[in-house]
Amino acid sequence: MSNPFPLEKDGLLDAYRRMKTIREFEERLHVDFGRGDIPGFVHLYAGEEAAGVGIMMHLQDHDRIASTHRGHGHCIAKGVDVKAMMAEIYGKATGSCAGKGGSMHIADLSKGMMGANGILGAGAPLVCGAALAAQKLGHDGVGITFFGDGASNQGTVLESMNLAAIWNLPAIFVVENNGYAESTSVDYAVASDSYVDRATGFGMPGITVDGTDFFAVYEAAGEVIKRAREGAGPTLLECKMIRFFGHFEGDAQTYRAPGENEDNRKNRDCLKIFRAKVTEAGVLTDAELDAIDAEVLALIDEAVKEAKAAPLPGPAELTTDVYVAY
Amino acid sequence: MARTLSMKDAINEAIDQEMARDKTVIMMGEDIVGGAGAAGEDDAWGGVLGVSKGLYHKHPKQMIDTPLSESAYVGAAIGAATCGLRPIAELMFIDFMGVCLDQIYNQAAKFRYMFGGKAETPVVIRAMCGAGFRAAAQHSQMLTPIFTHIPGLKVVCPSNAYDTKGLLIQAIRDNDPVIFLEHKNLYASECDVPEEPYAIPFGEANIAREGSDVTIVAYGLMVPNSLAAAETLKKEGIDCEVIDLRTLSPIDMDTVIESVEETGRLVCVDEANPRCSIATDVSATVARDAFKALKAPIEMVTAPHTPVPFSPSLEDLYIPSPDRIAEAVRKTMGA
Repeated sequence: MSNPFPLEKDGLLDAYRRMKTIREFEERLHVDFGRGDIPGFVHLYAGEEAAGVGIMMHLQDHDRIASTHRGHGHCIAKGVDVKAMMAEIYGKATGSCAGKGGSMHIADLSKGMMGANGILGAGAPLVCGAALAAQKLGHDGVGITFFGDGASNQGTVLESMNLAAIWNLPAIFVVENNGYAESTSVDYAVASDSYVDRATGFGMPGITVDGTDFFAVYEAAGEVIKRAREGAGPTLLECKMIRFFGHFEGDAQTYRAPGENEDNRKNRDCLKIFRAKVTEAGVLTDAELDAIDAEVLALIDEAVKEAKAAPLPGPAELTTDVYVAY
Repeated sequence: MARTLSMKDAINEAIDQEMARDKTVIMMGEDIVGGAGAAGEDDAWGGVLGVSKGLYHKHPKQMIDTPLSESAYVGAAIGAATCGLRPIAELMFIDFMGVCLDQIYNQAAKFRYMFGGKAETPVVIRAMCGAGFRAAAQHSQMLTPIFTHIPGLKVVCPSNAYDTKGLLIQAIRDNDPVIFLEHKNLYASECDVPEEPYAIPFGEANIAREGSDVTIVAYGLMVPNSLAAAETLKKEGIDCEVIDLRTLSPIDMDTVIESVEETGRLVCVDEANPRCSIATDVSATVARDAFKALKAPIEMVTAPHTPVPFSPSLEDLYIPSPDRIAEAVRKTMGA
């Protein structure tokens, strides 16, 4: 049977593996956090995988992304080591940031991952800088900032859109619209009906896609990234998506409509949608995808096991990696 | 070869030489070139006070005018610093930090530590600081204590043209974010400045005047004011040592302690507001580390705990003057 998709079989398997890894990573954190194994707090990306992966499938290490507080998915999709991430979330010395960052600050600049970020909208200026650096250093890298419908109202985001437009930067502004700024509905908090209109206001194209459909995201992201690489400037890409969990773990989600989470899981799960499309087209089989499921599960098991066994940072680490004036 | 240069021209020369040496050095800010997109001259302003005048024609690809969007362009400078450039962001007046502080203290300052040592952020944020320009409450502040309080930032506030050139070159070459504060009332002050590039290491105070009776610790505009006080006191037979901290983070407390151990008296002069200031910080450290050497209580001469007033009569009272410094010194002498 012919392949109706924009990726070859290997690419499809890669995309599925990345999405499934994110899902399994987050589902495991949900359980382990609930049990009290993990310090601090975590914000989970489960349900939103198609957006992050659909975009990141187009990127290389010299392309930079700035993520959000809900950053695990972006990290995994961008190629950050999953075991190092898990160790970081457990606060261990073997973590991506040696245990000094935690869930909200995982970064790996060698992978072009400029950091998850605890400050909403803070990544937008940073990727303008990454895009400017690409321009000045003469490579075709792009800078992509992710932010939610909530952070879309931050002045930093709007200032950065203007800056990217006037400097014609290879920057992409991805609104991950999951309908909720923490507990507050997008209908309440965002003045315009359409993010495309906001983009138009800054003289850049805007595209809205169904963020639960990997292929819709992949196709749109391909266009805007190509546009940026070719010097045609910034774009806004809105992905409408579903957050399976609360704002943070422990959020009772009393703001949701009755049955909303169940309906999302049943009818709007981006992994199920992906699986149905590729198997119905006869390009991938359930057996192939099930094999990936098993491998991912084993990887996450191992990551948790290693994270739990890993050493905590030693006391001397308190004062390294920063100039200490006293 | 040394020749006389103003602090303003020393800044221009430092940036010029570093941009010529290293093409990844860029500068961005509001009107640092001036006239962007307008029908008149290019390089119309060179910054609001003309500090960067001429740099655009020498380094057109390295000088970038920005919209009035401090959060966006200071953040862009910080982001670019993590991606292979060495940007200088000019914030014009340090009072504008309020609209972009997140990018400075939550982003740039924290990257290296928060990412486990795997990030470098070689960015310089230059800004004018200080009172005396009749610029009123939102264009006159000395906000050194705020930045000095934040781990991960280095903070520089020079007092003369020579130090300014060497410290700015060091700031550009440094791999940590540096807040470089230029006292606008010192822009015209001149001294001998070598033509060749040179870097002055951070964390080394300068003994601006040697003396044996009292140690005066100051930075920025307070250094010339302290030296003026020392000249007055000399006539009264009081011999003051004046220490110019030059950098506030890192801070050279060793030089201060050594001096106090000789003189036994300390006057801390700070143009910042008094609470949680450089003056209180230095005083506390000396009280802890050199208590036994002290022959008199430590004196502090600071701005009052008020905003900077506009009216010249009030602003002149606000800024620690040579007279107030001299009075504090006399107090430590028991006079």
